[in-house]
Amino acid sequence: MSPSGELLRIENLNKSFAIGGGLFRKPFELKALQEINFSVRHGETLGIVGESGCGKSTLGRCILQLLRPDKGRVLWLGTDLAALPNEEMRKHRKDLQIIFQDPLASLNPRMTVGEIVADPLKTLMPELPAAKRRERVLEMMEAVGLQPEMINRYPHEFSGGQAQRIGIARALITEPKLIVCDEPVSALDVSIQAQILNLLSELKDQFGLTLIFISHNLSVVRHVSDRILVLYLGRMVELASGDDLYGDPKHPYTRALLTAVPIADPKRARQRNIDALQGEIPSPINQPSGCTFRTRCRYAIGLCAEKRPPLETVGDARLVACHRWREIDAIPVEAEVAVAAI
Amino acid sequence: MGEPVLVVEDLSVTFALRDSEVRAVKDLHFSLSAGETLAVVGESGSGKSQAFLSIMGLLARNGRTTGRAMFGDVNLIDLERRALDLHRGRDLAMIFQDPMTSLNPTLKVRTQLTEVLVRHRGMDEQQAIKEAIEMLERVGIPEPTKRANAYPHELSGGMRQRVMIAMALLCRPKILIADEPTTALDVTVQAQMLQLFKDLTNDFGTALVLITHDLGVVAGIADRMIVMYGGRCVESGSVDALFYDPRHPYTLGLLNSTPHVEDRARRLNPITGSPPNLENLPKGCAFHPRCAFRFERCFSERPELVSFDSGRAKACHYQDELTYEESAA
Repeated sequence: MSPSGELLRIENLNKSFAIGGGLFRKPFELKALQEINFSVRHGETLGIVGESGCGKSTLGRCILQLLRPDKGRVLWLGTDLAALPNEEMRKHRKDLQIIFQDPLASLNPRMTVGEIVADPLKTLMPELPAAKRRERVLEMMEAVGLQPEMINRYPHEFSGGQAQRIGIARALITEPKLIVCDEPVSALDVSIQAQILNLLSELKDQFGLTLIFISHNLSVVRHVSDRILVLYLGRMVELASGDDLYGDPKHPYTRALLTAVPIADPKRARQRNIDALQGEIPSPINQPSGCTFRTRCRYAIGLCAEKRPPLETVGDARLVACHRWREIDAIPVEAEVAVAAI
Repeated sequence: MGEPVLVVEDLSVTFALRDSEVRAVKDLHFSLSAGETLAVVGESGSGKSQAFLSIMGLLARNGRTTGRAMFGDVNLIDLERRALDLHRGRDLAMIFQDPMTSLNPTLKVRTQLTEVLVRHRGMDEQQAIKEAIEMLERVGIPEPTKRANAYPHELSGGMRQRVMIAMALLCRPKILIADEPTTALDVTVQAQMLQLFKDLTNDFGTALVLITHDLGVVAGIADRMIVMYGGRCVESGSVDALFYDPRHPYTLGLLNSTPHVEDRARRLNPITGSPPNLENLPKGCAFHPRCAFRFERCFSERPELVSFDSGRAKACHYQDELTYEESAA
């Protein structure tokens, strides 16, 4: 590990998809991720938020090399995973695991719980004897709160929350250092969601895990994350610690997202002047010039259409990509009262 | 609050299975006033959706409804399909979570919208189109004339949800039932939708029923709420009363399971276990296996829904103050 405790460093990562097109027609290029740069320290939880289509899941998959980035480096303890051939990449797979959103859809219905949880061990550590493997499976099941007698049951016999526990056990069994959690609680009931969030935080401590937590739910991300990365149309708009981001958001998009989060407190919710962001995300195929957020931004000026704002460092650890972040606080807008209340 | 527009009493819903019967809703009571927003809160299988599908006559074929849902002098439950059609779409409208599966993919937006007006309000085509486009504008669709000629798949999720709301509102229904209307939407679009609902209840006096599991949404928009568990109402009252002074352990559990955007430090205090299977509800109080406050009586005797204070009710044997931290520890 590097001296700073850095596990993962993403450098200038880009990913596009070709869509449409035909025999004589040029396909469109959908730029899913552009110029992504950040690092993840050992033991932290990095949250990634943004609206649908902002590229957050693509980013998670590019880190694990489930999708290969077009450009840029994914440095895992100094090794560039993006440059490794698939065979070489396999050696690292046990260190990097993933948990998916839809727990039932991500479990093979024809395999028993025991087989599902053991599968990564079989593939990635085939030298392990079967008895040892079974022992590990039972250990993991216990760690995630599943009874040992469930080992021979099939996924359809489980509720969503239990199925997600199976998915977590499967991710944990190779003793990974990093787990990408892609919307792990979005499909669950409220009470179950809280159980899984607590479980993840216990397991993180118990196994010394580092988490990348992808979600569109800002309350959930706030709850679990040390630092948070905000994406808009495939670009980084802000990166800051949870306290800084929620207490003092710098980017107009972050501000707008936060004012839109429902507050589970009736009196404060009523006082709040919800001035929702207008419009919807532009098509990623045909992105606005300059700052891609300018079409929905209340602070946009001529410059924003001409020049893309660079990612600037604020203080020692924050990043923000906005031409006007310094002045925004001084611009009086009635709806900003709402931001202040958070 | 205005006059009651809907009074529901003893509403029960059962589904016939091959050789048994499942009870999805049991003895639901509530009334709804003009301009009021009532939130119906619960987890999967709580019966919250089935209760309102039954009022709209939209249950699956093996479903059976008993009880009364009085719309004025008419009991909607007793009506034949044709008689119910006079009210559905005109007096009561319902919108669903997934707008793509609720719109007809083969028809243009304008065709789907004008159909309602021609049928229920006897308008001619010309008039209906004008009215439909006005409504699209009202629900915040930019370039409504152009969008009216689009097919549903050409619109984004937020836009489709708006089309569905526009369709539901064309006849100025007295009651709008929204089943998880914002769950599939991003927060920014969700905030736009909730603002739209507020305007509707204020401007048109529409009574809104909001079926949801998201307490954040409830806090921002509802006046009263009903909490359902295992097919029954377990607590009801004003939103403020239930949020600041919950008296049923399940309501408290839901509140403690909700992460708050403003404060991170607090560890969530979730309810243990999973929502019950309706085919095999626990004896006594259906919530007892997950309850931190249970005692012997809860295992055998089901608590009745009892009114207290003004306008509040709960179904729980436990009478002391609910101090969660201590009992959980």
